[in-house]
Amino acid sequence: MKNLIIFLSAILMANTTVSQTIEVCNSCPISTIKKAIIQAKDFDTIVIKKGTYKEHNILIDKPLVLIGDSYPVIDGELKGEVITITSDNVTVDGLFVINVGTSYTEDYAAIRVRKSKNFVIQNVVLEKLFFGIYIEKSSYGKVYHNKIIGDAVEEYNSGNGIQLWYSNHIEIEHNYVEHVRDGIYLEFSDDCIIKNNVSAENLRYGLHFMFSNNDLYQDNIFENNGAGVAVMFSKKIKMLNNTFRENWGTASYGMLLKEINDAEIIGNTFEENTIGINIEGSNRITYKHNNFKNNGWAIKVRGACYTNHFLENNFLYNSFDIAYNSKVNDNVFDRNYWSNYTGYDLDKNGIGDVPYRPVKLFSYIVNRTPETIILLRSMFIDIIDFSEKISPVFTPDNLLDNNPLIKKISW
Amino acid sequence: MLKILKYSFFDLMRSRWSYVYFAFYLLLGIILLFLNNDLSKAVITLMNVIIVLVPLIGTIFGVMYYYNSKEFTELLLAQPLKRSSIFLGQYLGVALSLSMSLILGLGIPFVLYGLFKSDAIWDFSLLLITGTFLTLIFTALAFNIALSNENKIKGFGYAILLWLFLAIIYDGIFLMTLIMFDDYPLDKLSLVGTMLNPIDLSRTLILLKLDISALLGYTGAVFKQFFGTSFGLIVSFIMLTVWVILPVLRIVFKSKKKDF
Repeated sequence: MKNLIIFLSAILMANTTVSQTIEVCNSCPISTIKKAIIQAKDFDTIVIKKGTYKEHNILIDKPLVLIGDSYPVIDGELKGEVITITSDNVTVDGLFVINVGTSYTEDYAAIRVRKSKNFVIQNVVLEKLFFGIYIEKSSYGKVYHNKIIGDAVEEYNSGNGIQLWYSNHIEIEHNYVEHVRDGIYLEFSDDCIIKNNVSAENLRYGLHFMFSNNDLYQDNIFENNGAGVAVMFSKKIKMLNNTFRENWGTASYGMLLKEINDAEIIGNTFEENTIGINIEGSNRITYKHNNFKNNGWAIKVRGACYTNHFLENNFLYNSFDIAYNSKVNDNVFDRNYWSNYTGYDLDKNGIGDVPYRPVKLFSYIVNRTPETIILLRSMFIDIIDFSEKISPVFTPDNLLDNNPLIKKISW
Repeated sequence: MLKILKYSFFDLMRSRWSYVYFAFYLLLGIILLFLNNDLSKAVITLMNVIIVLVPLIGTIFGVMYYYNSKEFTELLLAQPLKRSSIFLGQYLGVALSLSMSLILGLGIPFVLYGLFKSDAIWDFSLLLITGTFLTLIFTALAFNIALSNENKIKGFGYAILLWLFLAIIYDGIFLMTLIMFDDYPLDKLSLVGTMLNPIDLSRTLILLKLDISALLGYTGAVFKQFFGTSFGLIVSFIMLTVWVILPVLRIVFKSKKKDF
């Protein structure tokens, strides 16, 4: 056994010492990346020196390390895909890729990873792109510290920043994505970790899940997107400590949940969105320690949502705290702080003595006739809200927070 | 006119009610800041108070001043003075002294609290401008009512009714109309409906600041243009100015024809 280990490590050592470094620059003997890849052996390192390389369809079909020396530009000249990775153990580091071709039949990407394992894509800057980093049927990869700046105008002819398709165990961290269709898009991708990314100004969603389970995203910032995050048809997703800001518009949400089960939404901040969270057909979700601040609607519940728990959240100065479109309620609201709460706390235990009803009659009216929004904060509306509060007729009568907190929660 | 304005103004400055009004706002400002510890939150609360209270006080004060100074007015009318300058002078005297109480009463506590260092200063300026406009509008409306009614009790009744109508009942009717006709495109109607009521108009100005995220949730090109750009702000201010000019013109017109 011991011998075997020594033998193996010897092979490993031999392997690493054998691996070579190939330099590519405009005036070197090897002046194109493609040529370098053809000449390279497995586990070689290709260093690309500063300069502009007009190449597309670069195929990396062996385990190589591509390192850019002070951001060499790889110009795809709008002709198609730029880099395609089909081998395992490939590292791409420090490149500046521009001018990816646009096609209506094929998803051209700046960097595509196909059926590969253990790849690393880091410190890459992508501009003028169609799709950015497209990972298909791959696993155990890392996408770190990349900057993707698109110039998308219309949804139908633009691509996504980072797209995962049938890819598992991918880590996406510290990336910056803006002006593309979906900042980060996961489809059929399980067990992925998405951390510390910034996704802003995207046409559709900052982050988009489809049929992807057991994923975690945390400490991300989603700002000014069509909608911050759309989570659809997925199970067991953890959403922790993210910030959702200024997603404004008629169909804009901080977070859109559709057919989501058993998720955890903890410690997030929703600020100045038209709708903080829009929930549809989602069950058994825990919402805890979230801040909802200055949103149009903090939470809009569209229906078929059962056994959700809203615990210890702060609802601060939202135009509407909760909107509900049915009279049936099976969700629990408990121990939240509501800035609109007007009750009292005589026994001074920090919990209001009168239950709070987060659904106002006016939100029901606005649901029916959206134009009435113009009467928001009118005294007449305050009066009818008050009467509805005393005897609920239109809003679910069991929807109340029995233990509304008196002071804003901090954790 | 200026002389009469000056006279009315100083007459009011000496009166107890101006001080009460001033003290009320001073107290309100201090208490709000004390309770909230947050400048922008206090501005929000204040906005809600102002769009209801300022019109009420403007109306009542206007009517009251007109009836109280009636004998003096008749004395003035006997002099070789233009009627319009007598009434406009009185109107401006009342309106300006009320506005001053408002601006100083709210301004002092906020300035002491560090308004100039805070980013709430624009919201606060908007608040004071809206308050001043409402004072001008409702004092003018009150003068109109008083000019048209010799009977004091009737005049007061109408004044209160006017306030009640514009502050509450109008919105009720407005809401019912919107709900009844919700099969039709309503965005223009709802904006026009807002323009026709100065209280709603001021409320819209405030909504533009506070609830812009909710307002943008409604699908409608007209709404979007109105609330999404500075167009809404400009139109609202123009309409508020129109709302001041129209009643003032009627004061001039009415006072010329009236028999005393």
